[in-house]
Amino acid sequence: MNAALALGDDALVLSHRLGEWAGHAPVLEEEVALANIALDLLGQARLLLSFVGDEDQLAYLREERAFRNVQLVEQPNGDFAHTIARQLYFSVYQHLLYEELAAGEGEFADLAAKAVKEVAYHRDHAEQWVLRLGDGTTESHERMQLALDALWRFSGELFEPVEGVDIDFNILRDGWLAAVTSVVDRATLALPSGPQSGAWAAGAGRQGLHTEPFGRMLAEMQHLHRSHPGASW
Amino acid sequence: MAAVTADQTTQGTAGTADKAEAERLAAFDHAVAADDRIEPRDWMPDAYRASLIRQMAQHAHSEIIGMQPEANWISRAPSLRRKAILMAKVQDEAGHGLYLYSAAETLGTSREELLDKLHAGRQRYSSIFNYPTLTWADVGAIGWLVDGAAITNQVPLCRCSYGPYARAMVRICKEESFHQRQGYELLLALSRGTSAQHEMAQDAVNRWWWPSLMMFGPPDDASAHSAQSMAWKIKRHSNDELRRRFVDICVPQAQALGLALPDPDIRWNEELGQHDYGEIDWTEFQEVLKGNGPCNEQRLTQRRTAHEKGAWVRDAAAAYADKHAARPGTAGAAAQPVEATA
Amino acid sequence: MSSSTDWPLWEVFVRSRRGLSHTHAGSLHAPDAEMALRNARDLYTRRSEGVSLWVVPSTEITASSPDEKDSFFEPAGDKPYRHPTFYEIPEGVKHL
Repeated sequence: MNAALALGDDALVLSHRLGEWAGHAPVLEEEVALANIALDLLGQARLLLSFVGDEDQLAYLREERAFRNVQLVEQPNGDFAHTIARQLYFSVYQHLLYEELAAGEGEFADLAAKAVKEVAYHRDHAEQWVLRLGDGTTESHERMQLALDALWRFSGELFEPVEGVDIDFNILRDGWLAAVTSVVDRATLALPSGPQSGAWAAGAGRQGLHTEPFGRMLAEMQHLHRSHPGASW
Repeated sequence: MAAVTADQTTQGTAGTADKAEAERLAAFDHAVAADDRIEPRDWMPDAYRASLIRQMAQHAHSEIIGMQPEANWISRAPSLRRKAILMAKVQDEAGHGLYLYSAAETLGTSREELLDKLHAGRQRYSSIFNYPTLTWADVGAIGWLVDGAAITNQVPLCRCSYGPYARAMVRICKEESFHQRQGYELLLALSRGTSAQHEMAQDAVNRWWWPSLMMFGPPDDASAHSAQSMAWKIKRHSNDELRRRFVDICVPQAQALGLALPDPDIRWNEELGQHDYGEIDWTEFQEVLKGNGPCNEQRLTQRRTAHEKGAWVRDAAAAYADKHAARPGTAGAAAQPVEATA
Repeated sequence: MSSSTDWPLWEVFVRSRRGLSHTHAGSLHAPDAEMALRNARDLYTRRSEGVSLWVVPSTEITASSPDEKDSFFEPAGDKPYRHPTFYEIPEGVKHL
């Protein structure tokens, strides 16, 4: 499996989900913030996909089974807490991953060095909101806890080794768990307990096995492009 | 010593107050006439303040409502490059709304108050956004025509008499010119593309042309507020003047696009050095203003819903701030700037 | 209804390069200083590097009145005095 495709699809799909918030965000300042993150991710996706082939062909002409993103990023936005939980789990992972890659000498080192600043910001944004929602009102606390619980099962997949990504995924997971636990604790929330593998760890997105909402998301994303085969935009 | 009667004292005081007021008004009028800026702490007539608040608020509302028809196509953008451009544009519009609400707040209102008025239908937004984006080409048409009309309207506002509004407009105009170019380029790609794409582009232009002309407002002889706004240098050109300027700019642009404008009566008037154009159907404009446009209901509902659904988020952030740090304006608040280097 | 009036107003000052001074860029709402900084970064700098940001609660700003003269400001003479202003003209702009 192509590492660039895996990492690129993660960024592409999450960017798409974040783009769905445009015009619906809970406050104007978040319209700007979420769009910022979505644009950063789209930029990363375009760079990564271009390692593999034509960015538009890859984005618009592959079917569900050919996408290599983790299932976490394709989850529907849900309420703002749900989106923030997804951001927490994913951006901490992405930050640690890119830090590792940037420090190495593999083919992604340069890209990672540039991206690491962006994803540090994404992580900070997620953490700030986890704190505020967890330690805000009773309602926000409940919603945030529900969201962490609901998405927990998708976090395991982040630490399945990706061929071509030359880092120790066990160490990555340990770092991730420590970081996420720290934020969640400060937010007066609790991480779901559960083993880091097995029945708890859902999904095989890296193998092209996705969730039902993903197919509908792709249909919407690809429809116009596919309706005009060979056209330029 | 003769006692001063209460009557005489009152009249004396009233006389002094009137005189001071008249002096302030004279100073204000003088400043405006001299093209000086009126700043937030300056004295200004109540009617000027009210008029500005209304205009700035409606401008801000237009920016955020304007996000909707374009955001409608983010999820279906047909290339990653176009998707990035569109997302950035919609983001800019949110940012413009933020600049304008902030500028309006310098006049002694709050964003909350302004949003309440929008949601209650007591303040408006530009009626152009009550039209639907039916195809991808509509995104291009909005960039070329709607942003184009907005720029024609907005550039003069960079010299508006009220400082914060003028400065917000400078920022906005800088960003908006990219929007227009990108919309134009989008349409160009379609026009030169497949016949289906060309048709899509022509259809979009056919639907957006007349509503864009209506963006400049009713004809001069039917425009109620214009005279006072122009005297106060809030408004610097008449509706018809700007509309005509816009038509003159668009005609050659349409030719370069290879797309027709849906008005058989457009022709060059050699004598006047400008284009003549056909009659606008103002009944459509009136209907849309009244709330009977295709998307009025939808736009406001989405806006209200986002606001209502977001309440728990905003409340949570406020509650957290209360718990964790002294908040500005409360006892014990640290009165130091918070610094960060990016 | 919601109490989103609880997000106070902040004034934002941006220093785009070292050696310059912070200039007033505008204002925004945020619940606290941390979020104000981040929102300011998003809105007024689009996160360019090397930029320094100050955010100050609007209520903390004490301003002079434009009507005050003489005793508050030095008289103009051979030493021209610049009135402190909140706002500075963005670079490269001609009309203001």
